[in-house]
Amino acid sequence: MSVISLSALDLTLAALLVLALAGLTLWARLAVGRSLLIASVRTVLQLLLVGLVLQTLFDHAQLGWVALMAAVMLLVAGYEVMARQERRFAGIWGYGIGTATMFVSAFAVTVLALTTMVGPSPWWEPQYAIPLLGMLLGNTMTGIALGLDRLTQAVWRERRVIEGRLALGDSWLCATSTMRREAARSGLMPTINAMAAAGVVSLPGMMTGQILAGVAPVEAVKYQILIMFLIAAGTGFGALGAVWLASVRLFDHRSRLRLDRLHPGRR
Amino acid sequence: MERLLDVRRLETEQLGPLDLYLQAGELVQITGASGSGKSLLLRALADLDPSSGTVRLMGRDRERIAPTDWRRQVAYVPAETAWWAETVREHFPAGWQPDQAASWLERFSLPEEALDWEIERLSSGERQRLGLLRAFLNRPRILLLDEPTANLDLENTRRIERAVRSYLAETEAGALWVSHDTLQRGRLGGRVLEIRDRRMVA
Repeated sequence: MSVISLSALDLTLAALLVLALAGLTLWARLAVGRSLLIASVRTVLQLLLVGLVLQTLFDHAQLGWVALMAAVMLLVAGYEVMARQERRFAGIWGYGIGTATMFVSAFAVTVLALTTMVGPSPWWEPQYAIPLLGMLLGNTMTGIALGLDRLTQAVWRERRVIEGRLALGDSWLCATSTMRREAARSGLMPTINAMAAAGVVSLPGMMTGQILAGVAPVEAVKYQILIMFLIAAGTGFGALGAVWLASVRLFDHRSRLRLDRLHPGRR
Repeated sequence: MERLLDVRRLETEQLGPLDLYLQAGELVQITGASGSGKSLLLRALADLDPSSGTVRLMGRDRERIAPTDWRRQVAYVPAETAWWAETVREHFPAGWQPDQAASWLERFSLPEEALDWEIERLSSGERQRLGLLRAFLNRPRILLLDEPTANLDLENTRRIERAVRSYLAETEAGALWVSHDTLQRGRLGGRVLEIRDRRMVA
């Protein structure tokens, strides 16, 4: 295994490409030049920082530090889920539903994969645990955010129908069945699409990275398959759980639709 | 005589505390300026909005009746009924009786094919009549009618008034009818209660 190390000059050349693009957008008056540059600078800073953090973590491989890193990743992902909701739950629930379901699904799947499938020693070896968890959290986050957003939007839009059905004596489960099903489905779709297109339309990032790092393609593919399945499971369980928790929260003990528990988000 | 519906110190965020009752077979009208909370009162009674106080149906406390049973017995019918599936019959409550439906179709001046009509093609008069019919199939003890004829012409309004009257006469159920229309008030008769400043004025 050999990696060609990149020099500062290599990165500068790549940066020139972005600068050229920024120049072109300026000339075309697309008004994205500024955000393009800010985003590029953020990429550099954030990735350098995370590189340093990971290096330190690898050098001091202790369960406590790995757990801390995992917790930070979870909390940030939880915030992202909440920020993507147009109508999020008021109070602790706004943050809690996404974070709790991500914790249960992404963490459980990661730990299961580490202990039974990948099997590094110790099982929390940061070189394996952190990237694995990162990929799972990133995808689970998208699935949960989509599912929750879809559910709350649909319930808000269809409140008259829901209450009409409640008024006729339907249970809240029955009155929301279509909406819950569609929300869960939309949370799962990105993962299903990614699996269906894997290798044909796109070469998945992790596999590409491993091949660049000199790993034999067949080995890289095996890892990619494992990851895809883990992501599907994590995202699926997460989205289903989040949609379920959210729909429970939308009704009270007398099966009243409680839209007052939602408030409009930032958009 | 035991009251069919007995409401004591009902209170929501915007309404009450207020008391009211209904006798078997009775129709009581609710009036009040717009925004005075007439709809909120009906929604609270149907347990669609949270409220405090005691609400008893034939002596039984609401809290002791499961919400789905409560809403089947205390039927809320809004000014615009909600429809979600393709045809009329898909909106009927589980276990509805075809002979009952047929008898009500006739009294609402609707043909038997109406059960298979597409919702998209219903007129507002047909929607309201079918919306009320659908609620009748649950055999409710109380009808909470929130301006059920607000958007209808006189002919359809009269049909609905007659149907409600005959439902009450036949089943000894009671009704709270929210109405703006003074002519309708005269036609319906019975007690009239007004909501003013969160309270009930007889």
